[in-house]
Amino acid sequence: MTSAGSGLTLLQTCALSLLVFTGASQFALVGALAAGGNPFTAAAGAFFLGVRNAFYGLRLSQLLALPRAVRPLAAQWVIDETAAVALAQPTRRTVRIGFTVTGLSLYVLWNLTTLLGALGAEAIGDTDAWGLDAAGPAVFLALLAPMLKTSTERAVAGLAVVLGLGLLPVLPAGVPVLVAALAAPAVLWAEGRRRGGTARKEER
Amino acid sequence: MNTWIAIGVTALGCYAVKLAGLLVPAGALEKPLVRRLAALLPVALLAALTAQQTFADGTALVLDARAAGLGAAAVALVLRAPFLLVVAAAVVVTAGVRAMGG
Repeated sequence: MTSAGSGLTLLQTCALSLLVFTGASQFALVGALAAGGNPFTAAAGAFFLGVRNAFYGLRLSQLLALPRAVRPLAAQWVIDETAAVALAQPTRRTVRIGFTVTGLSLYVLWNLTTLLGALGAEAIGDTDAWGLDAAGPAVFLALLAPMLKTSTERAVAGLAVVLGLGLLPVLPAGVPVLVAALAAPAVLWAEGRRRGGTARKEER
Repeated sequence: MNTWIAIGVTALGCYAVKLAGLLVPAGALEKPLVRRLAALLPVALLAALTAQQTFADGTALVLDARAAGLGAAAVALVLRAPFLLVVAAAVVVTAGVRAMGG
């Protein structure tokens, strides 16, 4: 993969996938190191990209209701994809199955492709030419669509898109997504004001 | 050696934030407002990520074949196509537009 071309060894590339396991952070770290950044600046950028996983954890801990002992193990799998799949499930049973299956299969596949990619980076060729870079956003869109049940969710999503894209050219990588997360409290606040404190509609 | 330091710091930091989210006590999540917020945060994050992965090239905004692919995915979603078909539509249309337009 990319990291093999940025001066990382095979061992370093695989360690990154095994230990960090957050695609965006890995790419950010590799990119920053390749650009000659010092290790701590590079790690800070990668860290910012990883902060959003804490927000997923907030929601997932309610739905998964995991025993305390299992949480440190489950934590490694709290990423965009597992959160999106798990949150789309209707019952606690399917939430747990969705989280585990997605986590396990992604973890195995991600690390296998890292190894294969590092071994034969050129053999696969340009994945962009096959349109595979559109698969990521399409997956997110497919998982997001069923969440947009009411005007509140649509307002949050719309505002988040504007913030995420608008701030992209001006803020460091990873920060625009975090600012976009502020769309959630902002819309809730605006909604609360409009209703003048009348009973809020409870969800779930 | 520097690379190993960076990998170590990133791994620890990323793991810590993942765990932090899961460890917030259940009691703090009972309030309706907090629950509402926790439900809306993934919506905001997914929407922003979808938009960025479609229109971003590094820190620049671009309109390329991926936008057509995402449009195809949106149409497939409106038509209630199954999940894999939605993703396949995005991939095929993106590759097609790229093959035609370069």
